[in-house]
Amino acid sequence: MSRIIKIIFISLFVFNASAENTIDKAPVLNDIFYGESLFYAFQDKHFDAISKLDAELGQYYALDNPSLDPFNQHINHAEFSAGSFELAYRMHQRAGRAIKAIMESSLNQEIRNEAAYRLAQIYYRKNQPGNALDILEKIQGEMAEDLRVDEIYLRAQVYISTGKFSESIELLKSIESEDKYEGYILYNLGIAYIQNGEEKKAIETLARLGVISTDDRGVLALKDKANLTLANRMLEKGSPELAKKYFSLVRLNGPFADRALLGMGWVNVSLGQFKKALVPWSILQEREITNESVQESLLGVPYAYGQLKYYGQAALSYGKAMDEFGGEIDRLQTSIKSVREGKFLSAVLQKQGERDKNWLHNLRDLQDTPETRYIMSLMASNDFQQSLKNYQDLAELRIRLSYWLATLDVYVELIEIRRKYYEPLLPVVEKQFKKLDARIRLRLSQRDRLDQRLKSLVIARRPDYLATAEERGIQDKLGKIELYLSANPQHYTDEVRERISRLKGVLHWNINKAYHERLTNAYKQMQTLDIYINKLNEAYQSFVRTRQAATQSYEGYDIPIRQLKTKIQANQVKVNGVMARQGRLIEALAVNELERRRNQLEEYQIKARFALAESYDRATKKQQKAEEEKIIQEIEKNKNLQQSSVEQPVADEIQKNDSNKAAEEVVQ
Amino acid sequence: MRKIILAFLAIMILNSFSVNAADVSKEQIKGLDEQVQDIKTDVIDLTADLLQLEEKLLFPSNSQFALFVSLADAEDLRLDAIQVKLENKVLAHHLYTFRELEAMQKGGVQKIYTGNIKTGEHKLVISYTAKASSGGEMKRSASYTLKKGVGPKFVEIKIGGPDAGDQGLEFKDW
Repeated sequence: MSRIIKIIFISLFVFNASAENTIDKAPVLNDIFYGESLFYAFQDKHFDAISKLDAELGQYYALDNPSLDPFNQHINHAEFSAGSFELAYRMHQRAGRAIKAIMESSLNQEIRNEAAYRLAQIYYRKNQPGNALDILEKIQGEMAEDLRVDEIYLRAQVYISTGKFSESIELLKSIESEDKYEGYILYNLGIAYIQNGEEKKAIETLARLGVISTDDRGVLALKDKANLTLANRMLEKGSPELAKKYFSLVRLNGPFADRALLGMGWVNVSLGQFKKALVPWSILQEREITNESVQESLLGVPYAYGQLKYYGQAALSYGKAMDEFGGEIDRLQTSIKSVREGKFLSAVLQKQGERDKNWLHNLRDLQDTPETRYIMSLMASNDFQQSLKNYQDLAELRIRLSYWLATLDVYVELIEIRRKYYEPLLPVVEKQFKKLDARIRLRLSQRDRLDQRLKSLVIARRPDYLATAEERGIQDKLGKIELYLSANPQHYTDEVRERISRLKGVLHWNINKAYHERLTNAYKQMQTLDIYINKLNEAYQSFVRTRQAATQSYEGYDIPIRQLKTKIQANQVKVNGVMARQGRLIEALAVNELERRRNQLEEYQIKARFALAESYDRATKKQQKAEEEKIIQEIEKNKNLQQSSVEQPVADEIQKNDSNKAAEEVVQ
Repeated sequence: MRKIILAFLAIMILNSFSVNAADVSKEQIKGLDEQVQDIKTDVIDLTADLLQLEEKLLFPSNSQFALFVSLADAEDLRLDAIQVKLENKVLAHHLYTFRELEAMQKGGVQKIYTGNIKTGEHKLVISYTAKASSGGEMKRSASYTLKKGVGPKFVEIKIGGPDAGDQGLEFKDW
């Protein structure tokens, strides 16, 4: 029973994996760089997606006022995305930390609830249901509508894993009619009933799932799984007829077909229906020989023949089975050798570039690779898949690190070229720039003074500020004349005074009369001047930036590049070490599995050998018996013949005598 | 006898579920997984620093110019290829894979080009080929004058959608 539960949990995990929630649609974008990160994520290029998003998040949090940045509108989505990408890249620790940070933030309750749900999901997938339950308990109030069913479903799964079966049943029943997890809910409900000791309800529920109508491949597989589970339960209960019924509901082209066919054969054997057992096993024998069920059926078929007393046929089948087992043992031996030579890991890396979900299965298409068909069941296990993916990820990191190391060398060269070009050039440019800079600053301060004067004219009318150069010249001349006259009063006649006064009056009149027009013109001139000043400023800024960029293009890189190189090299050492360990672990798992299968086949071979001998014996005995019977028959036949040969001459004599008598009578 | 056979076959069926991983403990797998996670974190952080350095070195902010491509209406067309010309020189050319297209249909944005240009006005010409939902092949082209200031310049080319012009293209300055 405990084994069944273990299997159920393994399968439960597998079926859950297909129902996982990920970011699958971008929001309306307010930040183009966030869109770029999603572009990589949607292609499963999680490393690039995380790097880009991390850079965005880093820049956002470094801002003085992040709320003004357009990225602010995506921040919640982006934080979840980061966690989701990290999860997809199997960085559970970091994903968990990121989501926990949101949970503990001051964001609104709905967002924090969603974070709690995501974190609980991580813990559940990491096989830590206790932690998942603690996190789920922190959810307060209502969940967002689009996650309501997901949260209930996850909670129910966590309850099953933590032994709270009644609570789980209650929750699963509350969402039984939901389409989102069609099939999965019934399956888990059935399991919860089994665990809760409600056998009858469990069977009813799984039986309902077993006849569900669907086109979904995942649910179809789940249906098969439910029927197989039911068949096994029936076998355990000693009800082979019912087991037969459930085995027959498993699809012939589904992933559980082989096990069902094998089971069906054995059920028939247990019922004494040996001819019927031959039907599923014959179908099974046409399938892939590396399959465990197929190999087992190679023993089953002759066994059934033997029970039917077709010893000759049984002996032939055992002989065929032995040949097959022998061939497979040789292949396994070669595979073990090949794995130990590292060919399996090379094949894994050859398939590196493929983002196809079936890449694991496609490994068998490669030439000179070990017999991966034999480790398919191992490949289906979560640990092995994670190990393989980790190995591939490490290989990818190794390539990236090598690329960056080579790139940094190029950068060093590039910087050197720039240095050689700019260093002699910049002092000359700098000298010219200083001259121009002084002139520019002078012009800018002149413009500012003019601007201030114009502004002051709006507040206080000062026509003299707008006097022309000629008028200012006349004003100066008149001032000088007055100064001269005050020093030489003998020349200061009334006529002169009147003339000076008239000239001053004319000048005052002209300046005042033209004031408004001049003020308007001055503003217009200032506007025109500002256009040129702006251009000057742009050119100035551009020059400053270019000069700065030129300097920065080769200065200040030596230390950062050296530090980055050291970090890359340190990481390369780490990657190589862990990759070697990961590779050894994968090879050990693969070799263990291959050896297990080889040992199993060797056992089968021994069984087949003994059974073959026995069949020969029986066939020989049967033949001998048949021959003996034949001989006896022959003897009896001969006896009869001999007897008849003794009796015949007497009869002939009698007949002869009779004939003579008759002739005599005729003569007389 | 029947019970023995039943027990035997139940074990046989169950055997096919189990995975033998002798000599390799769960702790060993978990420990290695955690080490791999640590390395990933380190390399991601390191990559962020390297990208920053690369941007500073190759694309300084005063001359930086980047072009992005997105799909406005995912259902209507299947983008095959795109060509970008700046001042009559081919800047970028890209043939789309199925996965790239799928990513763009989900709302992802492709950065098709990053480089450096001078301040001022530049003529950009975008040409693309695509398959319409009707199955017909489309070849379209549109031009855009971009104004490069002293800061970095980012332009999004949005293909399809209701606001696109006759050529099915919309440009957006970021």
